[in-house]
Formats: sequence, structure tokens, C-alpha cells
Amino acid sequence: MLRKIVVTVFILVCFVLQCSVSVALAGIIPNLMIILTSSFGFMRGEREGLLIGFFCGLLNDIFFGGFLGFYALLLMYIGYLNGKFCRIFYPEDIKLPLALIVVSDLSYGIICYILTFMLRGRFDFAYYFLHIILPEALYTIVVTLFFYPVILKVNEKLEGYERKRAQKFV
Amino acid sequence: MSPVIKRKGERFTLPSKYLLFILTVLCTVLMLITFGTDVFNRPLNVVVGYVIVPFQQGIEKVGGWLSNRSEELVQIRKLLDENAQLKAEVAALVEENTLLQQDKYELNKLRELFELDGQYAEYNKVGARIIGRDSSNWYSSFLIDKGEEDGLAVDMNVIAEGGLVGRITSLGPNWSRVTSIISDNVHVSAMTLSTEDNLTVTGDLKLMAGGCITFGQLVDGQNLVREGDKVVTSNISDKYLPNILIGYISSINKDANNLTKSGEIIPAVDFEHLGEVLIITDQKKAVTE
Repeated sequence: MLRKIVVTVFILVCFVLQCSVSVALAGIIPNLMIILTSSFGFMRGEREGLLIGFFCGLLNDIFFGGFLGFYALLLMYIGYLNGKFCRIFYPEDIKLPLALIVVSDLSYGIICYILTFMLRGRFDFAYYFLHIILPEALYTIVVTLFFYPVILKVNEKLEGYERKRAQKFV
Repeated sequence: MSPVIKRKGERFTLPSKYLLFILTVLCTVLMLITFGTDVFNRPLNVVVGYVIVPFQQGIEKVGGWLSNRSEELVQIRKLLDENAQLKAEVAALVEENTLLQQDKYELNKLRELFELDGQYAEYNKVGARIIGRDSSNWYSSFLIDKGEEDGLAVDMNVIAEGGLVGRITSLGPNWSRVTSIISDNVHVSAMTLSTEDNLTVTGDLKLMAGGCITFGQLVDGQNLVREGDKVVTSNISDKYLPNILIGYISSINKDANNLTKSGEIIPAVDFEHLGEVLIITDQKKAVTE
């Protein structure tokens, strides 16, 4: 129960921050939703990753999507695939999380480009990659360095709390 | 043991691949349904409106306050210089204004004669504050802090600084989404003010950094349209009210087909620094079939 509340608060805070004008740097905003979805994916497994991705995406769809379901589907698969790496994840290691988040954000950007831009006849992939996708990924990585330890710490606290409760019931 | 339901203590949990499959189907169905209709928009917009929008309003206030303070410090010196300049300008404008007043008086009289006042009457406007921007880097839409409860509706035109910003594309009880005309997937039917030639204004992500938008489909047989001409919304647009300023033509090129022209427009609105916008609550009369 506590986990659900905490995760909901995380999703809301991420979304509100991402929409606020103040986080933009040179017109580019970091993708906090990806950080959240991937982190919970590789920390907690496929199930949690895909659920968090789904709700993050749905929120995005409601406010900014032309129709419902597109971002929800995309983020859900990103969360699910990140969950596959749960087995080789160690909390002490920061290289795997960084790599996973960068790859997730790049693929998110490229899929967005293909489905919403290339299909409308905007073919200059090099331009969009260098001016939108890559800067977003770099900015996201910088934010990850500060944001990921917070998520990790909160998750450890939650797991500790859950263990204690489980013991109490036994 | 059944593959669908795994027993874990007393609780049943669905394996994640089945959950993934179910949610994928759900998303696909949602996409298919909401592509053409907006049946789910009502309840969802209401719910998220009450959960998210208060946070956004708060954070926007804090962010706005911080950036205002830092800007104030930088700008005091600049403002002093500007003040002197503006005073001189005011004197010139007052003189010009009296002349224009006389013209206006004459114009009004003529309009009455032609009974055209309906078309050019001032629109009713409502002010609103921007509380959030698009969460992706691909499109350019933003959220404002007024919605259905303030009498807004989808397709109402939004202006700022005297120029067209965009139109409302989605709304909840206390928020609405404005899709701006510089967004990559938006087309606006427009015309040049001087020659009344129709053209289509299209947003372009590539030119957004340079503050430009593109236009095309301009049929200008007599070569009268020049750089610097004003572009306004056209009479034939079915979403936008006529004669709202969009911007000024900055370059014109002939298309390969030798019939139409295209080029770039500098918008009248500074989209980088929008804080408040005005919503025109009058809507274009739709022809019902």
C-alpha cells in the first residue's frame, strides 16, 4: 500500500516537473518519465516497470496526446524491457542504470520520430536526431545522475519497510 | 498449475507477460476508439484536472516568481534607458493617436453606412495564465489555467500580444490545452492583408529554433506579395476567426511547379516568452449540414 502511494506521488511529481516551463534548458526538457519507468523496471522487475510506464504514458496522453494509448503503449514496453535486466542489476553499480536509461530515451525519441514525424513526410532524420533526440538524451543523463540516487534510496527504504511488515505477520 | 494464475501464498498474481498482453490490447483499443471520437476525454480530463492542475499552478507560480526576481535585477539599468526612450516615443504616439482618432471616427461612420460593424466588432476575450508546456520536445502545445467552468470550449482561438497563438484542442473543468500555430503538425488557412491572397501557414520544428514558421500554397499571379507583408487568418478558415494577425513574411520562394509560392513567416507573437494569453470566446460560425 505504502509503495503504491509513494510511486503515485513520484509519477505526479515527475509529470508536473516535466511540464513546468522552468526545467527547460535551451528549449529542451529532460525525460523524467523515462528515468522513472526504467529505474523501477530494472529495480523491481517487468511487472512494476510496465505498470508505471503505462500510467506515466497515459497521463501524457490525456494532456498532450492527440489520442489515448500511444505514449502509454510506448512507455509500457520500455518499462517491460527494462524489467528484463532486473536479474543483473546491483544497487551499487551505476553503469547499468545509466546505460539502460540512455538507450531507453534514445529509442523512445527514435520511435516518436518515426511514428509521428517520418510518417508525415519529415525525412531529415539527421537534423531531428542531432537537435532533438540527442540533446534530450544527454540532458536526461545529467538529470539521472541526481535523480536516480533518490529513486534508489526510496526503493531501498520501501523494501526495508515491506520486509519488516512481512516478518511481523509471520 | 495453470499458466495464467500462479499461486503465491494466499494471493493470485498475473504473470507480467500476460499483463503486458492485456494492456497492449487495451491501448490498441483505446487508440482505435479515441482516434475518431472523444468519448473518454470527458471523465479523464475531469479527473486529471483536479489531481494535477493545482500542482502545476503552484509550481508555475514559484518558477515565475524566481525568474522574475532574477530578471528584475538584470534589467533595472536597461529599463532606465528604455524609460527615457519610451517617454520620447509616447510624445510622438500621442500626436499620432489624435490623428488616428479622427480617422477612426470617419471609419466608424463609413462602417455604419455599410453595415459592416458586425464583422469587425471587437471579440470578447478572457485572460488566462500558462501553467505547463508540452512534456515532449517534439510539439509545441501548452496548458492554461482556465477551462470549461470559465466558459471555454474546444476550437476557441487564443491570442497574445496582438497576434495569433493557436487554438484550444482539449479541455477539462479547470484547464485547457492550447495547440500553438508553430507546432509541427498544425496548418492554418491564412491570407496576406494587402492583396488578400490565400495561403497555408504550417509550423515546422526545424525552424522553431530560429523563431520562424513556413507558408505554402500562395497563388500570387501578379507578383504583388512582398517580404514584410502582414499575414492574417483568412475568411475561409473554419476554425480561426478572420483578420487575426499571424506574422510578417520574411522570405518568398517560387515552388518547383511555377504556380505557387512558399517561404517563411516571422510570427507576431514571441512564443519563447509567453506568460499570459487571451482567449477569444466568440467562435467562428460553423456551417451545419
